[in-house]
Amino acid sequence: MKLLNQSLKYLSVSIFLIVTIWSAIFYINMLDEIHDSIDDGLDNYKLLIIKRTEKDGQVLEKRDFEEGNFTIHQITEKEALGMRDYFTDTLLYMENEDDLEPVRMLTSAFKHGDDYYQLTVFNSTVEEDDLIEDLFYSIIWLYIILVASIVLINNVVLQRLWKPFYLLLGDLKAFRIDKESPVPIVKGDTKEFKELELAVNSLIIHARETYSSQKKFTENASHELQTPLAIISTKLELMLEKESLDPENAEIVGQILQTIQRLTRLNKSLLLLTKIENRQFSENSEISINQVVARSVEDLKEFADYKEVKILVDNSCEIQVKMDENLASILVSNLIRNAIFHNSDGGNVTITLVENSLRIRNSGKLTALDSEKIFTRFHKETQKSSSTGLGLAIVHAICKLYGFHVSYSFDGKHCFEVKMS
Amino acid sequence: MKILAIEDEPELAEVIRKSLEKELYLVEHAEDFETAMEKISLYKYDCILLDIMLPGGSGMDILAELKKKDGGENVIIISAKDSLDDKLAGLDLGADDYLTKPFHIAELNARIKAVFRRKNLNGSNQLTIKNAVLDLNEREFKVDDLLLELNRKEFDILNYFMVNKNRLITKSALAEHVWGDHIDQADNFDFIYYQIKNLRKKLQSTHAQFEIQSIYGVGYKLVEL
Repeated sequence: MKLLNQSLKYLSVSIFLIVTIWSAIFYINMLDEIHDSIDDGLDNYKLLIIKRTEKDGQVLEKRDFEEGNFTIHQITEKEALGMRDYFTDTLLYMENEDDLEPVRMLTSAFKHGDDYYQLTVFNSTVEEDDLIEDLFYSIIWLYIILVASIVLINNVVLQRLWKPFYLLLGDLKAFRIDKESPVPIVKGDTKEFKELELAVNSLIIHARETYSSQKKFTENASHELQTPLAIISTKLELMLEKESLDPENAEIVGQILQTIQRLTRLNKSLLLLTKIENRQFSENSEISINQVVARSVEDLKEFADYKEVKILVDNSCEIQVKMDENLASILVSNLIRNAIFHNSDGGNVTITLVENSLRIRNSGKLTALDSEKIFTRFHKETQKSSSTGLGLAIVHAICKLYGFHVSYSFDGKHCFEVKMS
Repeated sequence: MKILAIEDEPELAEVIRKSLEKELYLVEHAEDFETAMEKISLYKYDCILLDIMLPGGSGMDILAELKKKDGGENVIIISAKDSLDDKLAGLDLGADDYLTKPFHIAELNARIKAVFRRKNLNGSNQLTIKNAVLDLNEREFKVDDLLLELNRKEFDILNYFMVNKNRLITKSALAEHVWGDHIDQADNFDFIYYQIKNLRKKLQSTHAQFEIQSIYGVGYKLVEL
């Protein structure tokens, strides 16, 4: 949920509560004030009528409301003395509305001469349901207008205030630790954003240092391993040439040598990976992928024959790419070799060159590989110990270097596709 | 044939020396820049194996000095750096070949012999073992003057074996030499066994007086009969 909507959510809920409570209090107060004012009026009216009865005895004969808003009845002394002024809300028939309407009624008692009378005066009052309805609609309108204006203000003000933040976010999204792009900068002078910029930048600098020292370590370690490996393997080769070595020991030396050579291969692959990632290949020239494929297939012919794997090449498109020749051949041959190596005996490999895209499909295991992991270093699908687990990582690194896209899919056959554009 | 190995790693220099002495070369060793400069100014060598990174200076300067003197030595650069720039710079300065560490001794042997052959080329470029002749110019193999048809890779394999007569050639050395630099990631050298089997079959149909022996599952060796 966007920050804007989050704040809107909280604001609208709290405004709703505030407006509801406020309108309830307002309603009660207003009603109270209206009653108060009507009651005052009725009180006054009562006094006026009582005054009039002293001048005009006829008034005492008024039994029905009719045109004057009062009635007078004679009552006993006991009733009169037990009576206090009281107000009631009741309904009376109104001529103009042709309906019963709410009225405020004051009932009082007074003494005229020796007789006691009960006086009832009334005044029409507000219709509470109408009032509530009117009030309800105005409150709804008020609420809508408030929320709408908050949305508007939020949008304009917040978006302007948060602009540096979103710019920074965009920069960070595009940021790649392995690229030498400058650290992101926050425009404006909002203190919090400036602090964020500082924190982000120190994090980036730290991450970059770690990254480059790690990269350096791999490079240095592989380099330093070269010479000892060379010494061990050449010494073992010399040892194996000795006539004096008995076959049993020679067998063991042979096994050690093979292990050392595996280590050498691994080391070489790691060095290659590091070199690719360090962009130490800059000899770009126009390469025909078709030719590279043809050469790789030729180089791997014996390997494929041995595995009884048939290789079919479909050159329906000519692909020209500007890249390092060595890397082009490593890219293609790693993929083809992979397709042969992980094939079933007597299987096949189909290599298709279509518009800017190289597809290599091979038969093999009947379940899909984990497409998330196959391009990571040292991920091994098979338990074949001779595999370095770096072949596809190298493919991935080369593709990344040139902005190619490599993907894996499974439809009964394993398909690797490199989009070169 | 006199060879000077300029290499700062004494152990590596030692194996190089031992290996080359098997080929009956006379091998001397210089382990730093100063010794190397002294040796090349005092003596004459047929071939110089040159490491680039040396204590006291760069192998490139030694190379420049050698070319200035123009003594006609062959120079093979042996470097731990598999860098194209270094390779081009070295070859530009007049080095004959460039080999990256770690290397197989069979490979070093083949390179040295190739350098000598090129130098002593008298119109022909042939390898001979008893009654068998491998013509590198014509890419032909003849036993008792009878031509044996070989495909490109079989020819390359046989060439490698003949250069490294009586020497162990490991499967990975063979794979790298014949199938190129990156085939060593093939993870599986079993296919080489079939290649060798086919080659042996072809050789058996001739009267070639040598055979390719298997060595403890690690590799092969060409021996005269």
